[in-house]
Amino acid sequence: MYDFAYHRPKSVADAVALLKGKEEARPMSGGMTLIPTLKQRLAKPSDVVDLGGVKELAGIKVEGGNVVIGAMTKHGDVATSADVKAHIPALADLAGHIGDPQVRNRGTIGGSVANADPAADYPAAVVALNATVTTNTGKHAADGFFKGLFETALGEGEIITSISFPKPEKAAYMKFPNPASRYAMVGVFVAKTASGVRVAVTGAGPSVFRVKAMEEALSKNFSSDAIKDIKVPATDLNSDIHGSAEYRAHLVGVMARRAVDKANK
Amino acid sequence: MTSATGIGARVVRTEDKRFLTGTGRYVDDLPLARATYAYFLRSPHAHAKIKSIDISAAEKSPGVVNIFTGKDLVDAKVGGLICGWVVKDKNGEPHKSPPHPVMAVDTVRYVGDTVAMVVANSYDEAKDAAEAIRVDYEVLPAIVDLAKAFDKGAPQVHAEAPGNLIYDWEIGVKADVDAAFAKAAHVTKMDIVNNRLIPNAMEPRAAAAEYDKGTGNYTLWSTSQNPHVLRLILSAFVLGIPEHKLRVIAPDVGGGFGSKIFCYADETMVCWAASRVGRPIKWTAERTESFQTDCHGRDHVTHAELALDKDGKFLALKVETIANMGAYLSTFSTAVPTYLYATLLAGQYTTPLIYANVKAAVTHTAPVDAYRGAGRPEATFVIETIVSKAAAELKMDPAELRRKNFIPAEAFPYQTPVALQYDSGNYPPIIDEAMRIADYAGFEARRAEAKSRGKLRGIGFSSYIEACGLAPSQVIGQLGGGVGQWESAQIKFNPTGNVQVITGSHSHGQGHETTFAQLVHDRLGVPMDQIEVVHGDTSTTTFGMGTYGSRSLAVGGSAIMKATDKIIAKGKKIAAHLMEADVADVVFENGTFKVAGTDKAVPLAQAVFAAYVPHNYPLAEIEPGMDENAFYDPANFVYPAGTQICEVEIDPETGIVEVIAHTAVDDFGNIINPMIVEGQVHGGIVQGVGQALFEGAVYDKNTGQLLSGSFMDYTMPRADNFPSFKLGYKVTPCPHNPLGVKGCGEAGAIAAPAAVMNAVHNALAPIGVKHVEMPATPLNVWQSIQGAQRAAAE
Repeated sequence: MYDFAYHRPKSVADAVALLKGKEEARPMSGGMTLIPTLKQRLAKPSDVVDLGGVKELAGIKVEGGNVVIGAMTKHGDVATSADVKAHIPALADLAGHIGDPQVRNRGTIGGSVANADPAADYPAAVVALNATVTTNTGKHAADGFFKGLFETALGEGEIITSISFPKPEKAAYMKFPNPASRYAMVGVFVAKTASGVRVAVTGAGPSVFRVKAMEEALSKNFSSDAIKDIKVPATDLNSDIHGSAEYRAHLVGVMARRAVDKANK
Repeated sequence: MTSATGIGARVVRTEDKRFLTGTGRYVDDLPLARATYAYFLRSPHAHAKIKSIDISAAEKSPGVVNIFTGKDLVDAKVGGLICGWVVKDKNGEPHKSPPHPVMAVDTVRYVGDTVAMVVANSYDEAKDAAEAIRVDYEVLPAIVDLAKAFDKGAPQVHAEAPGNLIYDWEIGVKADVDAAFAKAAHVTKMDIVNNRLIPNAMEPRAAAAEYDKGTGNYTLWSTSQNPHVLRLILSAFVLGIPEHKLRVIAPDVGGGFGSKIFCYADETMVCWAASRVGRPIKWTAERTESFQTDCHGRDHVTHAELALDKDGKFLALKVETIANMGAYLSTFSTAVPTYLYATLLAGQYTTPLIYANVKAAVTHTAPVDAYRGAGRPEATFVIETIVSKAAAELKMDPAELRRKNFIPAEAFPYQTPVALQYDSGNYPPIIDEAMRIADYAGFEARRAEAKSRGKLRGIGFSSYIEACGLAPSQVIGQLGGGVGQWESAQIKFNPTGNVQVITGSHSHGQGHETTFAQLVHDRLGVPMDQIEVVHGDTSTTTFGMGTYGSRSLAVGGSAIMKATDKIIAKGKKIAAHLMEADVADVVFENGTFKVAGTDKAVPLAQAVFAAYVPHNYPLAEIEPGMDENAFYDPANFVYPAGTQICEVEIDPETGIVEVIAHTAVDDFGNIINPMIVEGQVHGGIVQGVGQALFEGAVYDKNTGQLLSGSFMDYTMPRADNFPSFKLGYKVTPCPHNPLGVKGCGEAGAIAAPAAVMNAVHNALAPIGVKHVEMPATPLNVWQSIQGAQRAAAE
């Protein structure tokens, strides 16, 4: 990796101050993407601001109808949290299948959501559960937060502090892992909440997206049968040596049906 | 078995303690004072002319000690890398031999080809400087698609190999085979691809070198499977450093699978540059470099036809193969798709007539050479796939068709029509045992049960034979090999009775330190903890040929047995003297020399002590000391054989293939350590299933970029992809080596691909899928199902 200045602030305010005015400064959460990128010399930040020392950012609480997860909460902690398992078991299940044990004990929910990797799992949960992303400057609704490939609505010097997930009536996540990397090649999160049914797909496109046709059908009849004839167009889906766009489109249907069946169990 | 730690005992591997506690010593662990670090600038293009290389900015980069390019090697008259096996084409002409410069001079020929070497005070500084090197490339069209390598107008890799053809080789008489086909009741035809694989040893390749100005001696530490052979190549062909002035050490090495047999550019450069730099140089490949520059494996395109009579007896086999050599001919590359492939095409069967034509092509891809099994997996895949296809076409049970054509036990030694003479074997009991273990009789019930869950279940056989224990030297010489294939052993006792067992083979995960100690313990009665197995250093070991081709026990172990014979013979003379007996009356039992019918006894340790402190010793008749050397050159290859049965379930919605059960019954002859053998078989099966279901090196057909260039895109088989394997053994001892052993290191990888793919085809046949290529990835299987459904709809 290239040389950079390393900082480990103790508060969000200090972190923001360190990031401000430095164009090439990068915040680091768990470092699960940034560190390999640095090692491969694919990034050359002037400064790395390690959020690991900001204690206020980690932790899980239940606030009314929501489970609020601090940005620096590790995947492993989400997976094993009694609160998450009790209120949104689908989210605990999702977190428990991210990466491998080493990744789950370093990687964080805030880092994953801010990075907006098209193959990350969390974005599907954020969108399907209609979560709210809270930052040091304000709040973002799930819709509109993910703007595209590695692109979010976060502004300069804006750091995610927590994510608030409304408790669903029913929810489930089904992932078809890339055979090599085991990132989601297609991951479908289906949720039935007070505000309706949402179907969010990660891995298949450049960014997480909703399948409105499935949502409408499931709103009327929350069963896998209700969506068995709904085809997702392959246009604009990702294509690589592991999966053509057509195959991914097909898998969206399969994973969505399996997610509905799982949610109904 | 003479004891709990002798031959046949499940002795826990003594070397594992250091491997598992992080106290192994690998090349990268070497503490070398004043070390410099090398970084290699690699070609980003598959094919390009180098118009110029400007190192002026890089030379000023902080920490840089030296920068070398191909021109420096030309100026220093450094030789090119060699291919050590001359294959003669069908007209008797030696294969085309395009030059293989250690570093590219004016042309780069694959992504990863070596362009410059930067030596700096730290690795990061070397890398920084490499980024400042300006190479002006003129990018040229590349050929990476093997099937199109011989096409008219295809980009040419070397002027010395017109049409990209290295050789057009054949074995067998085509006219005889054609005549047999004309009379056949049934002909099964098949087109298959044997997918290209990337070895991915756990430890990447590494090298370190030091030059002693005072003595003029070089020391090269390398992750080599055969340090003496590496030294020989570097000395005699490449660098011209005399053998006695070059010490090559291969310390603990973390896996090789063949990829560490060969002499590579980077280790050559590290050694060469050590004297110029005047400080030690260290280099360890990054994983990306491993993907790009380790020699790859397999990569064949094959058309095969099998002729059968009305009863299902095989009449003749015809095989046409194009084999990819990559951009340059690696050390043993030419032999792999010829003498290690086509000579195996008889398999376990009495097929009387076989013709094979192999054309080797150069392409703008990494060099291809031996990889676990080397030629035999490719041969087994051809035979065992076409036999199962024939059975399906004839609506015969695949086991029955195999049995009908097995070489009968009484026919051994059996001369095949493709040069090899199988020494021993008994195949029918093996398949019977495999079918019993796999509960073949219950398969249809399991298939029906799977169907009720929406899954397609299939079962597949693979009855393999392989030739290993490389090899009788004179045969190797007749076939064009440039080296002998014997092995050496030395048994060197110390005065206090403990012993060093020095072998010319090399352990890089196989467990030789345990297995070889068991041999010596069993034979000489020396306790296991008094035995040290020494290997891997040309200065402390006798010249040896290293480890590959499942040869270490059959050849290296046999050499050890010969050395123990010499120890016992000498010990008898010493003991006879000490016991005042006639040497003819002395026997050696359980580590003690005795005179039959008396209570006179001399333990081996006492004889050893007498040999080193010869105060009461027959000095007029024998020399002092207890230190014996032996060389063993095998009379034939050894021929392990077996049957694997794989059972899979396919999810037709996703295309995922799951291995539900995998059975392997092998005949490895006598077994020294069953636990180590199981480990070898397990690992081999995993690699073979890896080839069948997961692994595939993919180059972009236009740009020649390696698309599967990291673990993010190259699918390694993982523990959770597998059930527990079910193993069984049948034993026909090898008749021509003293241990009666055959090799076990490659068998799993040789047999598994066909077993898996036959199971996949068996599962998909009911829904009309005719053919799936390896690797049967979910995408590939799903697309095959879609294709079959479209065909059915038309």
